Amino acid sequence: MMKIGELASLLETLCPMFVLLDETGRIRQVGPTLQKLRPDQPMEGTGFLELFDLIRPRAVTTFPALMATAGGKLHLKFRDEPRTALKGLIAPLPGCGGAVINLSFGISILDAVRDYALTSADFSGTDLAIELLYLVEAKSAAMEASRSLNLRLQGAMLAAEEQAYTDTLTGLKNRRAMDHILGHLIQTKSRFSLMNLDLDFFKSVNDRLGHAAGDYVLQQAAKIMLEETRGDDTVARVGGDEFVIIFKGLLDSGKLRSIADRLIDKLGKPMSFEGAACSISASIGTALSTQFDAPTAAGMLHAADLALYAAKRDGRSCHRLYCALSHAQQ
Amino acid sequence: MHGLINRAIQSFVCATYGRPCWLRATQTVGLGFSEFEPMLLYDVNTSGRILDALCADLKRPRAEFLEDLGTYLVSHPNTEDLRRLLRFGGVTYIEFLHSLDDLSDRVRLAVSDLKLPALELTENAPGDFTLHCFPGLPGYSSVMTGVLRAMADDYGALVMLSHDGCQGEVEVISITLVESAFAAGRRFELGARKP
Repeated sequence: MMKIGELASLLETLCPMFVLLDETGRIRQVGPTLQKLRPDQPMEGTGFLELFDLIRPRAVTTFPALMATAGGKLHLKFRDEPRTALKGLIAPLPGCGGAVINLSFGISILDAVRDYALTSADFSGTDLAIELLYLVEAKSAAMEASRSLNLRLQGAMLAAEEQAYTDTLTGLKNRRAMDHILGHLIQTKSRFSLMNLDLDFFKSVNDRLGHAAGDYVLQQAAKIMLEETRGDDTVARVGGDEFVIIFKGLLDSGKLRSIADRLIDKLGKPMSFEGAACSISASIGTALSTQFDAPTAAGMLHAADLALYAAKRDGRSCHRLYCALSHAQQ
Repeated sequence: MHGLINRAIQSFVCATYGRPCWLRATQTVGLGFSEFEPMLLYDVNTSGRILDALCADLKRPRAEFLEDLGTYLVSHPNTEDLRRLLRFGGVTYIEFLHSLDDLSDRVRLAVSDLKLPALELTENAPGDFTLHCFPGLPGYSSVMTGVLRAMADDYGALVMLSHDGCQGEVEVISITLVESAFAAGRRFELGARKP
């Protein structure tokens, strides 16, 4: 039979966090790494359960009860600060009533190496602690690189979406964006009005003075439309010289009429491009979602279109409200 | 080619020769972008073309350039994370040398699609080692020579290194450890907290 002293030196090599207990549950000897956790407090002679608080199984408060857990996993903590959590396994010593408990850090290893300034030498050569620490750092670095890539991709996606919803010439929303917003308003049963605005004589500016002049006129017209609408209204260029303006929550036909009149007035003022006068005007048709029992996107656009035709028929440079009754009579 | 490799080249060039030098190289090879993403994969020929452009621009032989890259990866503050991961290999320089056998497996544990060639260390006599670099990544042995040199400084060891050419497809680096505790070396704490 091996002597206790020989056993202790064997354990020191194999398990640097061992605890050798006598038959009363007092600590006879501990491994160097375990002692390093409490450098000013020699553990030898102390009762094991005075030093450690058993977390699981919780019912264990006496040494005989502790011995009865042999073979099962123990979860314990230091009773004093820092209350590092440890895992343990107890094996009774044959014949003499004492026991060996082997402890390890488990998941608390990350904090433990910092709190106690542990080094590779504090772990047994077969312990996976160093590999675990390596993996945590390596994976964190890889995760950080992936996370920053994700952030950049998200930024790029937002920029691409913004681009996909923007008319690049005027900076207004495009047809896609308008369809999207209109669909959303219908889906949420919001009340809104919709203006169809056509620039009259735009084609002749384009033909007479060239595309640069045409582009300039479109940009000026877009500017005017933004100035005459509220921030949360939607101004979209949906065709060459066709625009749609959506007014969420505005259904007062008097107010809509005065907005339309101001737009027509401002768009009708001659613009000057490189010394040449570019004269256009605007015709506007407006429909209100409240004019329908169950408004649809196509129905609203069609109604505003009919009102726009009426405005063009009536000599351009004017505004007409969609009238359900007159349409039904046609 | 893994983005981490291209990114390492980019980081080294920007830190050492300046961003304009890097931009010139990306333009020469017609890359169409100037930033490699470390976690994406790129065409396998891109790295070689970039290296050709850089070495021509800097008028430096490729092996020398790559050795400096290896030194940069260990010694520059930009790549402190990498130095720490390498230091996990062992407490002493000799332990570190022996850990190189596992390097490609360790790398794969961290980034599963980054495949580095196998390395094999043989100890011919105490303090006299040979490192065999297996094929798979052209120039890897040059980078490793730089890494080994910088890691020796990191551990405070005095070594002599030489690239001894090839045995078939395997490239050979010979390492002579003159003194393992020549200087203080740099600190390494297992549980270093990030600033």
